[in-house]
Amino acid sequence: MEYLLIFIAAVFVNNIVLAQFLGICPFLGVSKKVETALGMSSAVAFVMTLSTIVTYLIQKYVLDVFGLGYLQTICFILIIAVLVQMVETILKKASPALYQALGVFLPLITTNCAIFGVVLMVIMKEYDLLTSVVFAISSAAGFGLALIIFAGIREQLSLTHVPKAMQGAPIALITAGILAMAFMGFSGIV
Amino acid sequence: MKSLKILLNGIIRENPTFVLLLGMCPTLGTTSSAINGLSMGLATAFVLICSNAAISSVKNLIPDQVRIPAYIVLVATFVSIIQLLMEAYVPALYESLGLFIPLIVVNCIVLGRAEAFASKNNIFFSLLDGLGMGLGFTLALTLLGMIREFLGTGKLFGLLVYSDAYGSLLFILAPGGFIVLGYLIALINKIKTKD
Repeated sequence: MEYLLIFIAAVFVNNIVLAQFLGICPFLGVSKKVETALGMSSAVAFVMTLSTIVTYLIQKYVLDVFGLGYLQTICFILIIAVLVQMVETILKKASPALYQALGVFLPLITTNCAIFGVVLMVIMKEYDLLTSVVFAISSAAGFGLALIIFAGIREQLSLTHVPKAMQGAPIALITAGILAMAFMGFSGIV
Repeated sequence: MKSLKILLNGIIRENPTFVLLLGMCPTLGTTSSAINGLSMGLATAFVLICSNAAISSVKNLIPDQVRIPAYIVLVATFVSIIQLLMEAYVPALYESLGLFIPLIVVNCIVLGRAEAFASKNNIFFSLLDGLGMGLGFTLALTLLGMIREFLGTGKLFGLLVYSDAYGSLLFILAPGGFIVLGYLIALINKIKTKD
C-alpha cells in the first residue's frame, strides 16, 4: 500500500517534469516523435533505477560512515557518468538491438537533471533501499508518461498553423504549461 | 573593444535563457519569486565565472579524451563550494532553492560554455564570458521571477504592489512558469524579427 501511494504520488501528483521542473531539456528536446520519446524514457528508467541503487549504497556505506557528506555532489555526478558509460559499453556488446534503440540517448542522460534530482531526493527523504528503488521507478514512469503524452501532442501540433514568433520553443512551452495544468487536477488525491 | 563584445554577447546576443534555451530546469523551477530567481542566477554566475577561469587555465594539461569528466569534476567542486557557503550563511535561501543548488552541476550552460568557450580562449576572455553569461542568466531569471511574483501574488521583491486578493496562484505554480517563459520567448522572437 505504501509503495502504491509513492507510485501514484510520483507519477501523477508530483510529476517530475510537470510539477518539479526536472528533466526539462530532454522533455523539450526529444519530444518531436512518440518513438524517440519512448526510447528516451526507457533509457532514463534504466539508468535512474541503477544509479539510485548505487548512489544509495555509496551514501550509506561510504560517505556517511567516513563523514564525507561534502563530497556528495562530486561523488554522485561521477557515479552517474561512469554508470552511463558502463551501460553503453555493456549494451553495445550484449544486446546490439537494444543499443541501437537507446544508444543515441545514453550520453545525453549524464547531464539529465531528472536522474541527479531523483538520486538526491532519495537521500533527502531518507528512504530505505527498497522504497528508493520504488521511488526511482515511479519517477521514471512519470517522466515517461509526461514525455510520451507531450510527444503525441507535438506530433499533432506540427500539422497546425502557428504564428511565426510562437514557432518552436514558445508554443512547446505553452503546451507544456497547459499539460501541467491538467496534471494539477491530480493534486490532493494522495 | 573585444572584451566588451564578449561581455555583452552573453547578456544580449546569446542570452542563455531566451536565445540559447539552455538550463531550463532552474529557470522554471526557482523563479516563483523575484528574489529566488535573482539568487539562483547569482549562484550559477559564480560557478560559471570560476569554472570558466579554472578550465581555461588548465586546458593544456587535460588530455582531449578525458576532458568532459575532468570539466565535470571541476564544475562539481565549485558547486560544492557555493552549496556549503549558502548553507552556512543564508540557510533560509538555501532551503527555498533546495535541490536546484546541487543541480547546477548538470546545468547545460556551465558545461556548454566550458566546452564552447573556455577550452579555446585565454583566462581573461573566459572570465569575461563567464561574467557575461552569468549576468545574462541572472537577468533572465530575475525578470521571469518578477513577472510570476507580480501576477501571482501582486508583490515585487516581497513588497506589495496591488492587493494580493487579485493575484492568480496559477503563475506561482508549475503551469505559470511554462506559460510565462513561452510568451517571453515569443515576445523576444517578435522583437528580433522586426529589425
